[in-house]
Amino acid sequence: MNLFTPLSWSDTGFILTGIWNTVFISVVAIVIGSILGLLIGFVRAESSKSLNIILGGFLDILRSVPLIIQLILFSTFIGAMGYPLDPFVAGSIILSLYTMAFMGEVFRSGFNSVPIAMIKASRSLGMTYWQTVRYVRIPIGMRAVFPSWLGVALSVIKDSALVSVIGYMELLRTAEQLISRTQQPLMILLGVGLFYFVISYPLSRYGKHVERKMEI
Amino acid sequence: MIEIKGVHKSFGDLQVLKGIDLEVNSGEVVSIIGASGSGKSTLLYCINAIETINSGKIIVDGVDVHNKKTDKNKLRQNLGMVFQQWNSFPHLTVLENAALAPRIVKGFTKKEAEEIASKELNHVGLGDKLGEYPTRMSGGQQQRLAIARALAMEPAYMLFDEVTSALDPELVGEVLDTLRLLRDDGMTMICVTHEISFAKEVSDKVAFFHEGQIEEMGSPDQVLDNPQRERTQQFLSKVL
Repeated sequence: MNLFTPLSWSDTGFILTGIWNTVFISVVAIVIGSILGLLIGFVRAESSKSLNIILGGFLDILRSVPLIIQLILFSTFIGAMGYPLDPFVAGSIILSLYTMAFMGEVFRSGFNSVPIAMIKASRSLGMTYWQTVRYVRIPIGMRAVFPSWLGVALSVIKDSALVSVIGYMELLRTAEQLISRTQQPLMILLGVGLFYFVISYPLSRYGKHVERKMEI
Repeated sequence: MIEIKGVHKSFGDLQVLKGIDLEVNSGEVVSIIGASGSGKSTLLYCINAIETINSGKIIVDGVDVHNKKTDKNKLRQNLGMVFQQWNSFPHLTVLENAALAPRIVKGFTKKEAEEIASKELNHVGLGDKLGEYPTRMSGGQQQRLAIARALAMEPAYMLFDEVTSALDPELVGEVLDTLRLLRDDGMTMICVTHEISFAKEVSDKVAFFHEGQIEEMGSPDQVLDNPQRERTQQFLSKVL
């Protein structure tokens, strides 16, 4: 009897689940990371130097420690504390925080790109502080950094593959299981790589298109 | 009526305004001239509370501008301001630029706000640009947009801070024409300007600023044609 069985149509559901899980955790991390990053970016653009040093240090740690180490440390630590988390939850938390650290910098430079004269002009029309944030600084600042935002978002999709190390069944881990069953690593990894390209490339093309439209 | 009484203002050690007294009556056009750094623009910023003052008083229609209890946002609705840089909102169309503040600050519906905005835009000659984005327009057009945007708040006063200084020479005329239009409407205006001949033509009163003080003030005939003070004479001989 053959120990190894080749890839077959019956694996489709398994692969699709892996694809779905990759997309799902990426979207979760990009959405949560962007929202938190927007807050962090705003606080950093507005706050005093001392608060910025503390906040900046915290973000530097998140950005400089390799994601794979953060994932393993966090899930092991939480487990050892007696609160084992579902790999999806643990992975989402770390991937979101990691995304936040990068998005925070992106959005900070977005807020800083709005000239003070523009803010003064808005205030002179009677807008409150928060109205200028909502109607002037966010829309103008965020447009300016859209290309950087997209760059971070695309790398999060690729980085999400690392969540496989704590047991989340995303595309790469799905592929690993198929490889150990079929012993066809080259073909399967080629397929997985192609998939990441297939979702990233149209997004980056679309980004270029939006960028051109926004230049006006 | 705008009453400015003994206003002092410093940035750190630098005294920018050293006791300014000035009255602007309803319907008057007052021009402020003087060298760069003489405090002209700072005074405008103090009038609509974008800058604080160190001492003295500024009273607009009986309201003490720099009193802590004064609602600055409410006050600014009545004091339109246009700057050297036009600062148009690049993400909004011309119509949306002018309709934004009436909608979010005054609480008008989108339709009401756009009606007011298009009325003012027509008035400054941008009626055919409503759907355009400002970044596609010339500096002169953007500056007229900035004027319409301020007018859409229906202010009683307009403050102009060197509104033609950043413009290419061939675009200055259209903006000055817009200011003439406002004067003919009876708008009360304070214009900080380097355009001496324009000041002579439109002003009821001209104030010459020198190092944070009003060196000489009076009708355009007095100040610009027959200046009494030596510093005024020197300044005018340089710029004319």
